[in-house]
Amino acid sequence: MSTSQAHATASARETTEGTVYTVTGGDWDEVVESAARADDERIVVNMGPQHPSTHGVLRLILEIDGETVTEARCGIGYLHTGIEKNLEYRTWTQGTTFVTRMDYLTSFFNETAYCLGVEKLLGITDDIPERATVMRVLLMELNRLSSHLVALATGGMELGATTIMIYGFRDRELILDAYELITGLRMNHAFIRPGGLAQDLPPGAVDHLRELVGKLRKNLPEYDKLATGNPIFKARMRDVGYLDLTGCMALGATGPILRSTGLPHDLRKSDPYCGYETYDFTVPTTESCDAYGRFLIRLEEMRQSLGIVEQCLDRLAPGPVMVADKKIAWPAQLALGPDGLGNSLDHIKKIMGTSMEALIHHFKLVTEGFRVPPGQAYAAVESPKGELGAHVVSDGGTRPFRVHFRDPSFTNLQAMAAMCEGGQVADVIVAVASIDPVMGGVDR
Amino acid sequence: MSGEEPPGGTNGTNGNGNGANGNGANGNGANGHNGNGHNGVPAARGAASDVIGVRRGMFGANNGGDTSGYGGLVRTVALPGPASRPYGGPRTGPGTEGVFDEIADELEGALEEQDLLPENAIEKTVVDRGELTFHIAREHLPRVARTLRDDPALRFELCTGVSGVHYPEDKGRELHAVYHLRSITHGRLLRLEVSAPDADPHVPSLVDVYPTNDWHERETYDFFGLIFDGHPALTRIMMPDDWQGFPQRKDYPLGGIAVEYKGAQIPAPDQRRSYT
Repeated sequence: MSTSQAHATASARETTEGTVYTVTGGDWDEVVESAARADDERIVVNMGPQHPSTHGVLRLILEIDGETVTEARCGIGYLHTGIEKNLEYRTWTQGTTFVTRMDYLTSFFNETAYCLGVEKLLGITDDIPERATVMRVLLMELNRLSSHLVALATGGMELGATTIMIYGFRDRELILDAYELITGLRMNHAFIRPGGLAQDLPPGAVDHLRELVGKLRKNLPEYDKLATGNPIFKARMRDVGYLDLTGCMALGATGPILRSTGLPHDLRKSDPYCGYETYDFTVPTTESCDAYGRFLIRLEEMRQSLGIVEQCLDRLAPGPVMVADKKIAWPAQLALGPDGLGNSLDHIKKIMGTSMEALIHHFKLVTEGFRVPPGQAYAAVESPKGELGAHVVSDGGTRPFRVHFRDPSFTNLQAMAAMCEGGQVADVIVAVASIDPVMGGVDR
Repeated sequence: MSGEEPPGGTNGTNGNGNGANGNGANGNGANGHNGNGHNGVPAARGAASDVIGVRRGMFGANNGGDTSGYGGLVRTVALPGPASRPYGGPRTGPGTEGVFDEIADELEGALEEQDLLPENAIEKTVVDRGELTFHIAREHLPRVARTLRDDPALRFELCTGVSGVHYPEDKGRELHAVYHLRSITHGRLLRLEVSAPDADPHVPSLVDVYPTNDWHERETYDFFGLIFDGHPALTRIMMPDDWQGFPQRKDYPLGGIAVEYKGAQIPAPDQRRSYT
């Protein structure tokens, strides 16, 4: 390289260590100066990847002319953790531990989509015990509530309304307490497993859940009172983030975004799984195609989810929560030890003391796992954000050959440009909040 | 599950029968020619399965002495093969044909109307686990997708993106792109699959037909190196722009590092013993 300047503001000199560049300050001042000199106010702004209003590490690249956004693009990938690649090096059961961390606000949906795919490959879809399926629905609907609560809370906070943020996280905390009671963890549960569930409900869980439903029934109207009729809220959200039905279909947007165009498309109704066709609920829609409509839909969906949770609680009949096939069912039952979670001492006593076959069986299932017949399957669930699909491929081995997730956040985020271009800078925040992307799911 | 007895039957033996290696290898030998030899030529309908690879031994001990005694183990990996009519699928009413036959009829009819022989476009049709898959010759993919989207009897309006799969042992068709199309009008789901050889990893882009595939195709390019011809801006999306290699390919290492735990070295997940 010649000794001439590598960059307008960087000088270079050769040393024994190689080329050393000296970058001096002042270039930012020049940019500002030249922008001020120019007759238009066109400027490119990087929003993020670390910005409180962008739901994690989402980078927005905006070309703005005054207050108007002329072009908007997303930069993603900052939270890519290689979950799909990692799944190929673990057993099928261990996979749930990874997928639960993708969209960390919708853990139970990730786990269910993955498990439904694996179960379809195994051909045991019809063998899943009723109690396990009802509990899956129960957990998913609670999860829909907690996810929507975060969407409302952070969305409100981004408008500057801290009260709705505190309310949202307060109520979400109640639901996380219920998760903790049932799965032992507030997030990243890995509770739904191929074949059923890791554990049955602990004693007292049904009463706790009924109490929780009562509390939420009392608290949900507060969001209505706080926001639905609030003139500032409406002024900020109405006609912002507009995307009509044609745009949604072209861009593959699903979930509240699609339903805000008036199309009642919900996989729980149109392609039911886990027995959703037997539950009584409605799919709310609005025709406004905007952020306000999506807000109203999320509010109503939370009410509907509470109704489904109650129906689940009424349906819970005693029974197994894992398939009867001992070649698939995870053998160990967990018990709460003095140091938190641990193995059931009764189970250890049995396999170590009385049954060598059970010990061998336990060892083989835990270390080797089970084999899944070759083929591929696609299982989709309606997550709070839209269609969450799992494409699962097996080569007949004890590990997934390939698992791909169609995460709704990833697809919906593509609609950001269509929603934001031509609008105001402040509306970008509202539009992105109405998409409700979670970068853990987008980047996986 | 009615129309899939032939593939379903072989699945069972392949999946469980790692011990029955002799059977598996013999039983699939004849089909192996079908699976590998059908570049451009449609596979014979009714073949039981498509061999995509052979696994040998166990515990990952591929080099050196076989101390486990499992070194002679041979397991043929065969995906469900092409189905023959009737394809079956859920029925809309008593006496009607299955939905899969309906979709296939409509698609074949619509392609014929466009002077495209269905046999040339649809390499094979697989019905497995209650799901319908059309394997499409890659040069005809955009036309087939457009037909599936626009034909009033088909109307697959929503594409849920593309998923890449790398079958390194499926010679001549190592890279697969898998599309799931959903018809909201008719409440149906369909899978399209195209393949490309490693040496020529090109597949036509579907962004013109389904703009939602923009990011999905970038993702598949990023991870598998599949080049989607006609994509408006095919750049990496997850990995850094200057990344070397395509991480989700099977020959790309996981890159784990060994961890010390209580004095012992625990190898990285890709270096541990495995059962395949």
